[in-house]
This record gives sequence, C-alpha cells and structure tokens, in this order.
Amino acid sequence: MLEAWEFVTQRPELLAEWTLSHLWIVFVANGIAVVLGIALGLYITGKGREHVADAVLYLAEITMTIPSLALFGLLMLLLSSIGLKAIGFLPAVIALVVYGQLPILRNTYTAIRQIDPPIIEAGKGMGMNERQLLLKLKLPLAVPVIMAGLRNAIVINIGIAAIAALIGAGGLGVPIFRGLRNARMDLIIVGGAAVSILALLIDALMSRLERWVTPKGLKRR
Amino acid sequence: MIKLEAVSEVYPDGTEAVKEVSFEVEKGELCVLLGPSGCGKTTTMKMINRLIPITRGKIYVDGVDNTEIDEDELRRNIGYAIQDIGLFPHMTVGQNIETVPALKGWPKDKRRQRAQELLKLIGLKPEEFVDKYPSELSGGQCQRVGVARALGADPPILLMDEPFGAIDPITRVRLQDEFLRIQQEIQKTIMFVTHDIYEAIKMGDKIALMHQGQLVQYDTPANLLYRPKNEFVENFVGADRALKGLQLLRVKDVMTSSPPAVRADDETQTAEKQMKREGTAYLVVVNDERQFLGWVERANLRAGRMVRDIMHSSTATATANTVLSEALSLMLSSGLKTLAIVDRANELEGIVSFDAIQKALGDATLRSRAE
Repeated sequence: MLEAWEFVTQRPELLAEWTLSHLWIVFVANGIAVVLGIALGLYITGKGREHVADAVLYLAEITMTIPSLALFGLLMLLLSSIGLKAIGFLPAVIALVVYGQLPILRNTYTAIRQIDPPIIEAGKGMGMNERQLLLKLKLPLAVPVIMAGLRNAIVINIGIAAIAALIGAGGLGVPIFRGLRNARMDLIIVGGAAVSILALLIDALMSRLERWVTPKGLKRR
Repeated sequence: MIKLEAVSEVYPDGTEAVKEVSFEVEKGELCVLLGPSGCGKTTTMKMINRLIPITRGKIYVDGVDNTEIDEDELRRNIGYAIQDIGLFPHMTVGQNIETVPALKGWPKDKRRQRAQELLKLIGLKPEEFVDKYPSELSGGQCQRVGVARALGADPPILLMDEPFGAIDPITRVRLQDEFLRIQQEIQKTIMFVTHDIYEAIKMGDKIALMHQGQLVQYDTPANLLYRPKNEFVENFVGADRALKGLQLLRVKDVMTSSPPAVRADDETQTAEKQMKREGTAYLVVVNDERQFLGWVERANLRAGRMVRDIMHSSTATATANTVLSEALSLMLSSGLKTLAIVDRANELEGIVSFDAIQKALGDATLRSRAE
C-alpha cells in the first residue's frame, strides 16, 4: 500500500498520462457508440420493424457475452487482414464501441417504446411531421433513459479499457499488466485503484448530467 | 363545412370499419358522432384529419377535398382533442397550448398572448398556470388544457374524441357546461365523438348515430328521441326517453322569472302579506343586492319576528343554462320542491318548481321540439 502511494507521489506524470490515454479511448469510443446506438435504437422502433428490433437487440446482447480478450484478438486478426493497424488505439476503440452499444441501444429502444401513445397521437393530430415528432416529443421524453444507458456504457467501458493495454492501446491497464509481469504489487494497486476511482467519479458526473438534461416537467418532485 | 361523401374504411385484413357514410356538418354546428364502441365513430372522425387514410369516398373540409391538402397543413388547421388528452409532460401548460401556433411559425409574443387568452377562456388563471407542468394539474384541469391546446391556433374546425371521457361525473358535467358556454362564444364547427347518449343529447346540435360502420340516423337530438328511424335507434335511445329528453331542455325553458321574494331584513308580517297576495306557501329570501339566501315557509311564519330568524338558508341553486335533468337531480338531492335560479353573481333570476319540470316531462313539450 505504502509503496503504491510512494509511486503516485514520485511519478505523478506517469499516472496522469495513463489516466488521460485511458479516458481518451473511453471518450472516443462512447462518443461513437452513443451516436450509433441512438440512431440504431430509433431505427428499430419504426413501424413494422419489430422483427429487426428483436434481431438487433439479440445480437447486441450476444456481443456482451464475448470475453473482452477474445474480442481484442478477433479484432486484431480482422484488422490486419484488411491491412489496417491491428494493435493500439483503433482495435481498442472498436471493441469499446461494441461493448457500449447494448446499454445505449436497449435504453433508446425502451425509452421510445415507453412513451404514452396518446402523446404521439396528439402531436401527429396537431400537425407535427415525423422530424418534429422525433425532435420535439420522442427525443426529449427519451433523454433521461438514454442518458442512463450511456452512463452504464461508460462505466462498463472504463473497466474494459484496462484490458486494452494488452494490445498496446495504453491507459491504466499498463501499470496493472506491468505489475503482473514483474510481481510489482504497488503498480497493480495503482492501476486498479485508479480505474475504480475513475469509474466512480465519471458515474457521479454522469448522474449529474442526467438530471441536468432531464426536462423539468419529467423530474420527480 | 365538413362534408362526407360515401366514405368507407376497409382495413388491410378486409374488415369494413366504416361503410358508405355520408353527411354534412354546417358551419358553427356541433355534431356528435354517437354509437356503441366499435361502431366506427372514431375511425370516421380520424379520416377527417387523415390520421386514418380514407379507403373510398371523399371528405370535403370547407369545400376542399381533404386529400388535396398537405396532411400536416390540414391537421394544423383542425383542432384535435382526445380522451387521453396526451398533454406533453415535458412542456409547460403554456408551451402545450402554443404547440400549433409554434408549428405555424407565429411570433413568440403572439403565441404567448394567445395562450393567455385561452387559459382565461377555459377558466384557469394565466399567471398561475402558464408555467406549470401537466404533472402539477388535476384531471379536470388537464382536460381543460387539452381543449385550450386544440383551440391554439384558432382553427375553424375542432375534432374531439371523447374529450370529457376520462373524468369523474361531477367534473364532466361542469366541463360540458363550460364547453357549451365557450362554444357559444367561439362558434366553431365541431365533430364530437362519444358513446354516452346523455352527453350527445346535451351537447349536440345534430347527432350522427352509427352502428356497425353505418350511419343509422343523422338528426337533431329531439328527432332522434321522438322520431327514431328504426328499431336500433329506438333501442339505443331506450325506454326512458322522457328522462333523456330532460337533457334537451334547460332551466330557462321552464323557469318563472322574477318570482316574489322577500328580503332577509323584512319583518315576517311583510312575508305573510306577500304570500297571501301571491297565493303561495313559500317565498324566496334575498339580501339587499337581490342575492339568493334561502327560503321562508308559511308554516314557520310565527316562529320569529324577522324573516332572517325563520328562513332556511340554502345554497342549492342552478343557472338558467342548467339542463333540466341536472336541475331535477339537484332537487332530489337537496330535498327542495323548488329551485332558485341565479346568475353568476348569485343574483336571483327566477325559480323552477317540481311541477314545472313534471309538465315538461310530459311528451308534449318535447315532441313539439321534434319536427
């Protein structure tokens, strides 16, 4: 324990570097995942797409069961076969996009489906077109639930991103694996604790953000 | 204003929900679409603003074939209120009412002003309600806001699908009365869907009675009651049509205006003299502003010196626009044989006696209303 603390005080720049690269991967991946997830989630709520929705959600659930190590390996093979850089940032981000998909996708889908039908009927009956229905009614009403999904996705991905160090993506996995190889308990503790603290901090931040973006009329008093 | 020509709705599975329905609603009229559930009344209404596409036939809105108007444009010019209200929970009352004006691109000031006007019209204080959220309103208030929202951009036509369906009976009666008062002011052309025959008789200038997708009779409420076209109408109207007919009449049709009254500050002797002169056994008691206070009976005259000492205070009153069925039920519940009729300031306008209602109950009065 003490040694871990000593490491933090002696090499703060190293810890900062790992943390930043860790955050960067998660940030980029979830940025992509949220756009993709919402778009796909909205698409599968469309009329007559119930079967597509079932298939897509099932698929997303399956991806969650793939062990992260296996997925990284798979991506490395896939990327190198099409001539792209098979290690580092790119495969890490792709893997995290895949893992971040389900919570965002599922929450978007559920949120839109849960909207009271008379609300949509009233909007339509008053002359809102599809775009206005989406922007003025569906999205604002779905935002709290979608945000909860995003929060979930980010917290999951902060954990998974640690493993991405194995394929050379950097981040807080670096000290953990280095510690494992060299039997350096202090490095493992530093990396592990930093991942946990980061997850907790982001979770708290996201819950603030969630409350902030929830339309006032929907907040529980 | 609204004209249906042989309109049919056939669902993809082949069921005919509406069969060759034709009728016309005049400008400023309130037409009730009435019938048991599943008779096609809501479908018929939704074809007018094309929420449901017409399979066959034509609907003309103000002389124009409604399929030739852009559907969003069409809907923005037809007010729409539904049973489940569908207020937008993330928007304030004001924003809800401003929905269609906003879609039409009205400037903000004009929108705001319109919302204030409408809140006043439906009897909610603008300064108190405009910034509230739907979750802060009672059921009756939500229904009112739903109606105000339908009136948002001052459309000439209103479609209302059981707009007072989801509330308790007492509030419903009040909202119906309020709405009729508003309609007198705004004179919209209204299509009103209900399955409640009492509501239909009370609200409608005309009633379109539907059954199994067909229009059975399109007529005035009085004709529907007293000149039913066939057995179905007769059965739907029911054996108690005399009682239902009471929905057709209002207090003003049977009341005695400027009835004899005494003031609470008069002496009982004055009351006694007046009773002898009028030949009645009771008198209305009012204050100096002619506001209604209660009743005084001949049998009690000796019990005190001043009228106020012996009168029965009462708050059971009706207005000239109250329908007779409600006046009658007020009499029964308050145990009074005569009801005081007051205006909005509680000033005495007249009285209605049980006898007068009974006379109206006789088919003669009502039949004369049927052509």
